[in-house]
Formats: sequence, structure tokens, C-alpha cells
Amino acid sequence: MEKILQVKDLELSFHTFAGEVKAIRGVSFDLKKGETLAIVGESGSGKSVTTKSIMRLLPESSSEFKNGQILFDNKDLTKLPERDMQKIRGKEISMIFQDPMTSLNPTMPIGKQVMEPILKHQKVSKAKAKEVTIELLKMVGIPNAEVRYKMYPHQFSGGQRQRIVIAIALACNPKVLIADEPTTALDVTIQAQILELMKDIQKKVDTSIIFITHDLGVVANVADRVAVMYGGRIVEVGTVDEIFYNPQHPYTWGLLSSMPSLDLEEERLYAIPGTPPDLLNPPVGDAFALRSEYALKIDLEQAPPMFQVSDTHYAATWLLHPNAPKVEPPASIIERMKTFPGSRYYETKGGNV
Amino acid sequence: MVKYVGKRLIYMFLTMFLIATATFFLMQTLPGSPIASYNKLNESQRAIVEKKYGIDKPKPVQYAIYMKNLAQGDLGTSFVFKGKSVNDLLASRFKPSFILGAQAMVFGTIIGILLGIIAALRQNTFWDYGSTFFAILGISIPSFVFASLLQYWVASEWHLLPVGLWNDGWKSSILPSIALAMGPLALSARFIRTEMIEVLSSDYITLAKAKGANGFEIAFKHALRNALIPLVTVLGPVAAGLVTGSLVVEQIFAIPGIGEQFVSSIMSNDHATIMGTTLFFSAFLIVVIFIVDILYGIIDPRIRLSGGKN
Repeated sequence: MEKILQVKDLELSFHTFAGEVKAIRGVSFDLKKGETLAIVGESGSGKSVTTKSIMRLLPESSSEFKNGQILFDNKDLTKLPERDMQKIRGKEISMIFQDPMTSLNPTMPIGKQVMEPILKHQKVSKAKAKEVTIELLKMVGIPNAEVRYKMYPHQFSGGQRQRIVIAIALACNPKVLIADEPTTALDVTIQAQILELMKDIQKKVDTSIIFITHDLGVVANVADRVAVMYGGRIVEVGTVDEIFYNPQHPYTWGLLSSMPSLDLEEERLYAIPGTPPDLLNPPVGDAFALRSEYALKIDLEQAPPMFQVSDTHYAATWLLHPNAPKVEPPASIIERMKTFPGSRYYETKGGNV
Repeated sequence: MVKYVGKRLIYMFLTMFLIATATFFLMQTLPGSPIASYNKLNESQRAIVEKKYGIDKPKPVQYAIYMKNLAQGDLGTSFVFKGKSVNDLLASRFKPSFILGAQAMVFGTIIGILLGIIAALRQNTFWDYGSTFFAILGISIPSFVFASLLQYWVASEWHLLPVGLWNDGWKSSILPSIALAMGPLALSARFIRTEMIEVLSSDYITLAKAKGANGFEIAFKHALRNALIPLVTVLGPVAAGLVTGSLVVEQIFAIPGIGEQFVSSIMSNDHATIMGTTLFFSAFLIVVIFIVDILYGIIDPRIRLSGGKN
């Protein structure tokens, strides 16, 4: 499939009073046309920074691209002048933010906010833009859009505001839609509605979505492929099935084990021990080694490269090296792997039990 | 909205009543009397004058008479400007004061807001420090010092504008307006800078940027209106500052405005004029604060006014 966006060896640092924080330390991934790529990871893993850097929304004064490329439409976004970047933002690539309560301008009617990118990027009359705006509001499920068009954000509920934010993002039919934890600030029933809406819209407008979340339940629901981020790097990437049923990286094991499940009869929910690495002084080898019970000696000395598991599945862990000792993943992970054809624990149904 | 305005009007009248009462009795405690300067009068002549102005009656009766006249819009007769009613005096002196105040307010807030925006957009650069320095100067230098400096350099040394008086049309109003504007200018610059920095870091500004808006659109279409909200709140006190500032500045530039008259009426114990001017200033302030409250609702749709529960 056609690659619409390619991120290659991206490195980005923030300059702070304490020193240089290496927030992204060599991230590479592709986004294909029409697919949904989920980026998961805990707070501080660099998932939001990665996507904000694609749109160049990070403060120019304190952030700096150290290395790498972001290729979109034959252009390297890391080197594009701000003026050209403005033509891409909102038109080719747009973004949905985490907190709908704060992401709309409180002193501007919502219709005007939805209309803004249309008027900015497309040569249309005001009347036409208004028409498109009302259509968009209807599409995202705002009832009575002709009247509510003139209302202000505080006159809408959180879920409705997120629908409006989605309408803004879709205003110019972007090629890439970045959703930065779009459901995190919403309650569970509204979450489900917003996810349904996003799936519907993707079918209608055929856009590629980068979906950032720390909620694996959401990932299973929306994503085609998943990239797991840790400590400013992607540690494992694969299709949803590969990540959920044949995970290779100990961090992915930890993430999956800490997901509440109705099937397993465990008393306590698993939590990954320790805290995320300090990216002011990033660890030398595998950033997860200090929190991992599967860490090898080499993990502390040298960062692992990406090992290929299948055509679509890669993981950065020394455990995949031919010389590495064979380790047993946690029991719950083995349970998962048993259902995945191609994993070493795969059991055919009704087979040799 | 109508209910709200009605309620506010009642409170405004109540406030005016309290101010009138307090000023009236406070003034009675001032040493001296309005006719103390009529020193060529003998006892019986003095008694005739006192009777004429009604200050021979007991204080409560004087108060009742004054309030009755006030209710009819009559501010009494001046003791010093013989035969002139205070209403006429204020009317003839209102224009210069109003022009100065309005020019200072408009000039001060607009320049202040622009300086504040520049400072916020170019945070921690030469522009920011420059405008901060300017604002601190404006806050810390009293208007009379600034007025004298302007008179010395612009008028006396460079001969660009008149030193004082109100006889050269608009030109006469420029220097006093600038002197008066320094306060509101400095205040709005500081306020807008702080607010803009706060607003510019909010999520909806990032969203505006994500829509492809450029720096100008972000600052003026999205950020400014939100940053204005707190400034509008302090504009009432700023107007108050202009009123008190004008007392001094009008005196320095020898402008026949209300402030200048207020000062001279206090000097000469002209009770009726003091009362009249105080009430006029108070009414002005109360109306400004009322307008500010209405403006507040216009700028921020979240606080559109209503008269409570319907």
C-alpha cells in the first residue's frame, strides 16, 4: 500500500534549564493510506511529542530536531519553512486534541471555529463555507446544527465538544488525521460513541489516522497496526493481532499484563514496576532493562536493534537475538500466544492437548 | 438583561445617595467657611450673606434642602464664582476634561495593549524587555513629573506644542492627554502581556495553530479577546485613575477643566462646587463601572448577563 507519511530516525530534544531532554531518540515508522496506526505507551514515552513534531506544534524556541526526517508528500517536514507548514496544518494533516473542554476557543462561536480552516485553505465563499460547516457538524452528530452553529463552546457537553473538534479536524478532508488521546478526557459511554464516530468517518473520507493512546482497549477497537513506544523509542511494531497475541518485547508483555481482563481470575491487576526513564540522562542500553525481569547483561550496555519477527512485525529486544537464552513470557501472555498461528506456543484447536 | 440593568440602576442611585450624604457631612467638618474669604464684611453683612446662601440654618436642615435640590438636578450656587450655578460651571468645564480623559483612555489602552501583545509574542527578547521597561516607567513616574518633563522638552525646548492652556484647539490637548495616558498605558501593557502569555499556552491556541493559522491570526483572532477579559475588569479603576490624575495634570497645564476647578474650589472652601464636582466624578465612575460590566459580557460569552433566575 501507498505510504503517505514516513518518519525516519527522528530525534528530537527539548532544551530546558536542567539540560537537554532527549524526548525522541530515533523513531521510525510509516503510515499507509487509509490505515489506523495506534501509538501506545505510558506517559512520557514520547508519543505525543512524536505527533506534535510531525505537525511542528512544539515551541520552536525550546525544541530542536537533532536528526531524521518526516517525509510527507515528497517534503521533509522537519526542514519546511513555517509559512509552508501553515499550508499543511489543518489542510493535509490535522489533529484532534485530548481535552475537549480546553481545546475550543471559549469566546468564538463554534461554527466560526469549524469554518476557519475551510476559509483559510480553500477558495470558497463564506456562504459555501457555512454550508460545509453545517454539513460537517451534522456528520459528527451535532443535532440542530443550523441553530447550534452560532453557539459558544460552553453551551455544549464534553462529548459534543469533542465532536466539534473532530469536525474542525475533518474540515478540509486531511490526508492524515492525528488523534492525540481523543477519548482520554471523556467518560466511558461517550468514549465508545466517539470511537464509533471516528471509525465511521474513516470509512467515509478515507483518511489515515495516527491514534495515540495509553488505553489498549481502545487500540484493539480502532487500530490496524500498533507501535509501542518506550523511553522515546518504538520498541515494538506490528499488526493489532501480532501485538496483542504474539508480543515479543518485555515492555509489551508488561503493558498487556496490566490490562484489566474479565477472563482471567487474577486477584490483583499487574503493574509494571519502577518508573519511566529519565530522558535528561537516558540509559545507555535498553531503556526498559532496569524495570524488566527479563533483562540480559547486554541490555545494560547496548541498545537493541529492531529484530524482524514477520513482514509486518518488528521488536527491539535482545531476546530475539539468535544467541539469546529462551525465556518464558508471563503466563497470561502465553495464554494469548496460544491462539496466534505462528507463535511458538500456538496450539491448533482440538489438537494435541 | 433588562432586569439586570434595572437592578444595577437602583444600586447606582443608592450609591450616589450614600456618596452625597457622606461628602456633605465630611465637608462640614472642614475648617473655615465658604465665606471666610469675604473678610471685608462686618457682622451684619456676613449674616445677610449667610442667610442668602442658607448656611445659617442647622446642618440637618441644610442637608435636607441640598438633597431636595439634588433630586431635582440642582447642584446649588457657587460661593466663589458669584451668581453662577454649579450646574453651569460643570457644564462649561466638562468638555476639556472629557476630551482629555477620553483621549488618554483610548490612546493609553490601545498603545498599552499593542505593547503587551508584542511583549508576549516576543517573550524574553529585546522587545519584551523594552516594553516592560516602558511600562514600569509609566507605573512608577507620577503623572505630574511626566507632565512637567513633557512641558519642558516638547513645549519649552523644542517648541512643538503649546506649554499649557486651552486655546490652541486639539494641539492643546496632546501633551496633557499623553501625560494622563501613561498610567492606563503601563497598566494595560502589563496586564495584556501576562494574560497573553497565559492564553498563548492554552490548548485552543495550539488547535488554532493546528488549523494552519498564522501568528497574526493567532494573536488577534484567537488570543486577544480572551486576554482582554481581565483587562476590562481593571478598566474601571483605570478610569478612576484618570479622574484623579486629571486633577493634577489639568492644574499643571492650566486647563480650565473640572479637575482644575475642583482643586480651586477646595482651596476656597466652595462647598457647593466641591459637592457638585464630587458627585459628578462619582456619577462618572459609577457609569464607567457599569459600562465595564456590560462590556465584560460582550467580550466573554460565558458571562452574558441576566437578572438572576427567570
